[in-house]
Amino acid sequence: MPVINVDELTDKDKAVMEVNQKKLEVKLERWLTSKCCEEVKEYIQAREEEDILVKGIPEEKNPFKEKGGCVIC
Amino acid sequence: MRSPPIPEMATQEVQLNETLAHLKTESDNLKSKLEEERAKLHDVELHQVAEKVEGLGQFVMKTRRTLKGHGNKVLCMDWCKDKRRIVSSSQDGKVIVWDAFTTNKEHAVTMPCTWVMACAYAPSGCAVACGGLDNKCSVYPLSLDKNENLAAKKKSVAMHTNYLSACSFTNSDMQILTSSGDGTCALWDVESGQLLQSFHGHAADVLCLDLAPSETGNTFVSGGCDKKANVWDMRSGQCIQSFETHESDINSVRYYPSGDAFASGSDDATCRLYDLRADREVAIYSKESIIFGVSSVDFSLSGRLLFGGYNDYTINVWDVLKGTRVSILFGHENRVSTLRVSPDGTAFCTGSWDHTLRIWA
Repeated sequence: MPVINVDELTDKDKAVMEVNQKKLEVKLERWLTSKCCEEVKEYIQAREEEDILVKGIPEEKNPFKEKGGCVIC
Repeated sequence: MRSPPIPEMATQEVQLNETLAHLKTESDNLKSKLEEERAKLHDVELHQVAEKVEGLGQFVMKTRRTLKGHGNKVLCMDWCKDKRRIVSSSQDGKVIVWDAFTTNKEHAVTMPCTWVMACAYAPSGCAVACGGLDNKCSVYPLSLDKNENLAAKKKSVAMHTNYLSACSFTNSDMQILTSSGDGTCALWDVESGQLLQSFHGHAADVLCLDLAPSETGNTFVSGGCDKKANVWDMRSGQCIQSFETHESDINSVRYYPSGDAFASGSDDATCRLYDLRADREVAIYSKESIIFGVSSVDFSLSGRLLFGGYNDYTINVWDVLKGTRVSILFGHENRVSTLRVSPDGTAFCTGSWDHTLRIWA
C-alpha cells in the first residue's frame, strides 16, 4: 500500500515536501528555449509525411473506411 | 547548562506557526528563484520559431465507427498494440474489449464497483487492467474462449487508499503504474502485487499519468488537482521536474512522441506544451471562445497535431507548432471524457458521457 494518503499530511508536511522539491529543481540544467523549440520543429517536420492524420490517406487504404454495403445479385 | 522549564504547549504552537510561515517564505523564495533561472533561458515561444512553417490544410476527419454497448458514461479507453482492439470502461461498472474494425464486442467484464475510471491494455494484448472507486487496479487475462468467465481469473494488483484515476502497463505485462485520489502514484509488480515504488509530491488527487516513450528512459509524468504536472524518475521515486502554470485541475497529460516534451489538458480550458530540456511551458493552446475544461489530450504520430477532448462535447484539433486551432469536431452528445490516437496513428478514438465511443479518421 502506498505509504501516504495526501489527506493525512499536515500543512507543515506539505510545506516541507514543497521546499525540498524546489531546492532540487532550482539546480536543474536547462537549455535555451529557442534551441528546444527548434528541435521540436525539426522532429515534427522529419516525420510529418508519414503522419496519416496530418496528410490524409486514400479512402481504399484507410482501415477504418466506411463498411461497404452488400449487393445481392 | 540546564535550560529553565518553559510552558510547553503555547511555545510549541508558536514554534509550529513560525516554522510553517518560515517554510512558506522559503518556498516562495525558491519559486521566485526558479522562475528567474527559467526566464534567463527563455528567449522565444514555440509559435515564433514556427512562423515560416507551412500551415496545415483543411481537415476532413469524421466518425468512422460508433461503439455502442455501455450502459452509462464512458470514462476511459486504451488501444491494443494490434491497432484494432480497444478496451473501454464505464460508470456502469463494465469493462468492454472491442474490435474497432468490426465494432464487435469481444469480451465484457462487470466490475464490483461503479465508476471504473481507469483501464489499460497490456503490451502483449493478452490482458487488461482496470479500476476506479474500488481503490484498486485489477488485471484480467483475456481468454480466447469467449465463454470463459473473465472475472474468475481476476488478479488484484494495486491498492490505494482512494479512487484509482489512471493506470498503465510499463514496457511489459509485468509492471503497472497507477495514480490515485490519495495523492500518490505507484509502481506495482503484477505477479506478486508487490509495491515496487511510490511517488509522493502532489498535494491533492492525482488525475492522470503517462509513461515516457521507451527510448527516453524510465520516467513518467503525472497531473493533479493541485494544478501541477510532475515528472518522475521511476527507479528512485524522485520528482525530477514540476510545472505549475495551469489555473485548475490537470485532467490529462501526454508525452510528445520524442519524449522531450509533454502536453497537458486542464479544467482551465487550455492545453499546454512543456519542454523538459527548457524546463518550461513553451506553448499554450486556447481560445477565448473555449471555456469548457479539457478532459484528455493526445498527439498525432509526428507530433504536429494535438487532439483535445472537451467538456463541451467537442474535439479541438491544434497545430502544435503554430498554436492555432485547425479543426473542431462535433458528434458526441455529451462530454468527451477520454481520447487516444491509435498506435500507428491512422485514427483516434474518443469516449464520452453519451455512453458511446467513436473512431475518427
